[in-house]
Amino acid sequence: MDHTGTVLIPEHDPNLSKDQVIQCYKNMLFLHTMDGILYDAQRQGRISFYMTHYGEEAMIGSAAALSPEDVVFGQYREAFMLVHRGFTLDEFLSQCFSNELDLGKGRQMPVHYGSKRLNFQTISSPLGTQIPQAAGAAYALKMSGTNACTLCFFGEGAASEGDFHAGLNMAATLKCPVVFFCRNNGYAISTPSSEQYKGDGIASRGIGYGMDTIRVDGNDIWAIYNATKTAREMAIKEQRPVLIEAMTYRIGHHSTSDDSTKYRDRKEVEERAKFDNPITRLRRYMELKDWWTQEEEDDYRKQIKKDILKSFSAAEKRKKPAIKHLFTDVYDELTPNLIQQQKELEELIKKYPEYYNLDEFASN
Amino acid sequence: MLSSLNKTAKVITPVLRRSYATTQQVNDGIQQGVAYSQLLKRKPEDSFRSPELAHMSAINSETRKMNLFQAVNDAMLLALTTDEKAVVFGEDVSFGGVFRATSGLAEQFGRDRVFNTPLTEQGIAGFAVGMASVGHTAIAEIQFADYIFPAFDQIVNEAAKFRYRSGNQFNVGGLTIRSPSSAVGHGGHYHSQSPEAFFTHCPGLKIVTPRSPIQAKGLLLASIRDRNPIIFFEPKILYRAAVEEVPVADYELPLGKAEVLKKGNDVTVLGYGSQIYVLENAIQLAEKKMPGLSCELIDLRTIMPWDVETVVQSVKKTGRLVIAHEAPKNAGVAAEIATTVMEHCFLNLEAPIQRVCGWDTPFPLVFEKLYVPSMIRCFDAIKTAVNY
Repeated sequence: MDHTGTVLIPEHDPNLSKDQVIQCYKNMLFLHTMDGILYDAQRQGRISFYMTHYGEEAMIGSAAALSPEDVVFGQYREAFMLVHRGFTLDEFLSQCFSNELDLGKGRQMPVHYGSKRLNFQTISSPLGTQIPQAAGAAYALKMSGTNACTLCFFGEGAASEGDFHAGLNMAATLKCPVVFFCRNNGYAISTPSSEQYKGDGIASRGIGYGMDTIRVDGNDIWAIYNATKTAREMAIKEQRPVLIEAMTYRIGHHSTSDDSTKYRDRKEVEERAKFDNPITRLRRYMELKDWWTQEEEDDYRKQIKKDILKSFSAAEKRKKPAIKHLFTDVYDELTPNLIQQQKELEELIKKYPEYYNLDEFASN
Repeated sequence: MLSSLNKTAKVITPVLRRSYATTQQVNDGIQQGVAYSQLLKRKPEDSFRSPELAHMSAINSETRKMNLFQAVNDAMLLALTTDEKAVVFGEDVSFGGVFRATSGLAEQFGRDRVFNTPLTEQGIAGFAVGMASVGHTAIAEIQFADYIFPAFDQIVNEAAKFRYRSGNQFNVGGLTIRSPSSAVGHGGHYHSQSPEAFFTHCPGLKIVTPRSPIQAKGLLLASIRDRNPIIFFEPKILYRAAVEEVPVADYELPLGKAEVLKKGNDVTVLGYGSQIYVLENAIQLAEKKMPGLSCELIDLRTIMPWDVETVVQSVKKTGRLVIAHEAPKNAGVAAEIATTVMEHCFLNLEAPIQRVCGWDTPFPLVFEKLYVPSMIRCFDAIKTAVNY
């Protein structure tokens, strides 16, 4: 699909139904809108941290190509997968606000989402660690005879970690049904890809591991959809890994702790956002089919903004998780040592109540 | 002058006896080493003579003579038999492992369940985390504990925090990493290390080490079935040296519980793994040289979370504590135990707690006998504690 939303080779159009396409588009808009609101919320100090998906919204095509049983391992810029699978607005906002409804019990930084219900493994900060894990989980799926694969996302920066090498090599030698999905957005924080590798991107490495590999336009939702769908089928049917490298551009800052104008030209970013925008491309595709009007666009944008703000203010008002959850889940059961330390903290709080704001936390 | 010195050295060198196996003969009547240990159960009826195993003799009292690697092998055989989601993997495990611990398993359970991986420790650990994260039982091997460090990130940042960080949505309870550890007589820097203390600083992990075949089988089965990620260090010097009549039945020994191997009143002597046999000898020497002295010997077994209660109870009775481990002294496991005991037993302590450990150097090749907390060093520490 080119920038006008025209599918260049008609047989490459996955021909999703009108409802499916509209859903994909709505999900992209939803993510974009939520990113805007939460980014601003961080700027106002209402949440501690945030990472946007600007420019990478088309990745939702990969979500649409999977089955719910497929296990997803992400890096951190993959909320699109959760949006597609039905992570609720309250679940997103509760995680970012670390409130008592956060499935992670407020223990991890914002955007470290996870959902057992949606087969989305909890995000962790260390880069690349999920790559060999995805291979192992895929091996387990193979052993169980499940008709599913794992999908493992990572950026081109993370692909420089040793775990990338370990994970791809293990997946190939042990014939694991895993789709490795690299989001090559040109930057790892401030490091341009020219300082990240000298070879032909990440895709060229797949061949070296004996893995079928494809590079796709990461701003074209249908290219991503088609590649993921085929890779998934190959992985499951032939019980082996496949590598996808999706070329895109990180429009936003790396995170709310980063000002990307310090290392790249603001104009370059603006141009990319304007001329190669994955959301605009899909809108044009829909417009060509007469599936979407400006009026629908305006109404939907207004509606989601309202929904997000409503959930936002509810999440912000909620209490933090109960203090006992500082100690639970380190092990399956509290160890004698942890019971002792929990008691110690309780006694300290009783002794110096003026230094602790217990009202902030849910009761035990 | 210098050249003449060198010349002298050259003349003398070939005359010196160089053998890793030689020890100085001392006529103290103590027969040192695992081969002479009274702690090993060499008769079938002895094997069940512990409260933890007593109940089994009524059900199935059959035993088989096994050394430690065979006991480890037997535990994995049972794990693979009783749990169809269990797999065993690592470098060179499918032909039986470089220490034979996985012999016969690939033949019996197939190469899908017992398999070689590429040579990548971070990959092995990460792969194991991934399998466990979707509910499977991963028994991974790191060929030597010295080579576990490339997997440190996967173990410390991933495995240990998996349950906590996901709010208990996900866990890697099915993960066990086995690894041969500790001194072996000539292992040098990278075939001798005891890295347990690096991991005891990491909440979420359990660290277990057995002293004998019976212990190895029961503790390994318990580790594989425990719902937390476990690192199981196998003292490689015991693989062939320690031989016991091991119950053939499927049994587990409790994690988080120390075992009092010998009751005593005057000093508590604490260790784990192969160090237990050195401590056994040190106690024999001390009790011989100091008539009337009675030492209590404790095997910690689980290094994390460790059994504070048993140790504190013992020290409250004896008033003295000697801790020994092969790993370097600085920030070693003994430091944690000593501090905790001091916090709990301040009024009971009659002498400073003694730590007998490896020196704060890399593990040396030719100086191994001087480096390790040997019988004489442990004896001296007991003497110091008692005479204080």
